[in-house]
Amino acid sequence: MATLRLIAIMFVLQPLARIFTGADVIGREKLPRKGPAIVAANHNSHVDTLLLLTIFPPATMRRLRPAAAADYFLRGPAISWFSRNILGIVPVARDKAGTGEDVLAPARTALLGGDIILIFPEGTRGDASDEMARLKSGVARLAEACPEAPVIPVWLEGAGRVLPKGAHVPVPMNCTVLVGDPIRWRGDRSGFMDRLRDSLLELRAKAPPQRWRTT
Amino acid sequence: MPDSSLTSIPLPFGLAPLAVAPALLWGLGGVLVVLTLGAIAAAALPRLFPHKDFANLRQRTNSWWVMVALLSAALVLGWQATTVLFCVISFVALREFLPLAPMRREDRFVILAAYLAVLLNYAFVAADQYGIYLVFIPVYCFMAAPFLMAGIGQTKGFLSTAATINWALMSCVYSIGYVAFLMRTPASEPLPAGPAGLVFLLLAATEANDVAQYVWGKLFGRHKITPRVSPNKTWEGFLGGWITTAALIWFVGPHFAPLEGAGRAWIAATLPLAGFAGDVTMSAIKRDIGVKDTSALIPGHGGMLDRADSLTFTAPLYFHLLAFFSLKAF
Repeated sequence: MATLRLIAIMFVLQPLARIFTGADVIGREKLPRKGPAIVAANHNSHVDTLLLLTIFPPATMRRLRPAAAADYFLRGPAISWFSRNILGIVPVARDKAGTGEDVLAPARTALLGGDIILIFPEGTRGDASDEMARLKSGVARLAEACPEAPVIPVWLEGAGRVLPKGAHVPVPMNCTVLVGDPIRWRGDRSGFMDRLRDSLLELRAKAPPQRWRTT
Repeated sequence: MPDSSLTSIPLPFGLAPLAVAPALLWGLGGVLVVLTLGAIAAAALPRLFPHKDFANLRQRTNSWWVMVALLSAALVLGWQATTVLFCVISFVALREFLPLAPMRREDRFVILAAYLAVLLNYAFVAADQYGIYLVFIPVYCFMAAPFLMAGIGQTKGFLSTAATINWALMSCVYSIGYVAFLMRTPASEPLPAGPAGLVFLLLAATEANDVAQYVWGKLFGRHKITPRVSPNKTWEGFLGGWITTAALIWFVGPHFAPLEGAGRAWIAATLPLAGFAGDVTMSAIKRDIGVKDTSALIPGHGGMLDRADSLTFTAPLYFHLLAFFSLKAF
């Protein structure tokens, strides 16, 4: 199944990502080559996951695990099969957050097992405006559980226009992936979240203006 | 032209052999020699000057190999392959340009319609419909895009968005499409190296002009020519490039295109100017948008539009001058 996943990513998802987004990456050398590592990105579109899954070298691809909402990605048998076996998600039961259940357990297990977790700390897709939503602290709890894992901030510019939330027809538009310097867990949750947020905003400031004009 | 003057390239698997004009093979061979010299320079310079960084020169040269391989393959294979290649080039250029330009959220489907216009534009090339090709984008897309926008109903920033769409279609699609249309020149015309020879001369002269301007500017550049738009461009680079390219067209051009008399002089004199103008105009747009490159598609060069900016101006001019002076079909 791992081979099927690799074939699907390299020969289906990667060409799709190139056709619909151009898939420009700035700072490619800063992407982690092996786990454990956490990649934290802003989130506006399903295209975000497509881009993050396809910009790594093949040897690293099999280690990529997008953290994805269980209520959305595990609905129905076909979508569940695709999410688990092709996208390779670690499910996050976000509807059970705050109930005392450890919703990050699958992600933490994968991380400690040497995988690279792709996480969108905004929690859900935004509306592709310039604003970044408040970041949720799950990424800090993962970093705390595995302090040796670097957290790599990634800004995805333009993906929210290719396929915005609610749209069904993708429109090809160039996007840019900006990779930042890794952030390390230093024992302080709010300090960590501030550094991650600043780092993402810094990357956004460097992005080409692939965003809607504000009228 | 009779078939006996063509060199035939045998193909495996029982495919019909490719017929290529000998001049085109010589031309492509010449490009390979120049590229090899460039690669040797890119390998030797870091040894001669160990403290300077030549990574960009090496990337640029490597990318040239890929671009030359793709274009040569298309030219040798014929008009079908060339049409497909330039359709892809237009699509990629448009996919770079429109997302960078100031478009409104409501225009998402106008952008999708613009990609449809790319397909139709090249469909007219494939169908050999020159009359329709000439007016499809400049007249009918010019009207259809703003009407589509009016139908969507967002009127704020309407005029500037309509202008942006039309600029994008004219430069990325209509102008570049002329390169593919050159391949539809009928065999009844007096072509020294077939239709592919026409395209070869256009591409070689346009790119040689870019490179010559750059090299003359690096060697002797003193006086800035467009300080506010493109501060690296100099009068020395511009004039050196102009003379070099004009000489190339004047002396080598007649082997690839039916150039004689006034037509030969006009093309030699104006093509380098058009290349310079296309480059500077695209630089002004990039400066307005606030980017240096339109993407990172071609390592060392930037985006498709960074490489094809001169071509968007040289292609229509070259086509029209050939049509006026030499070709009866257009």
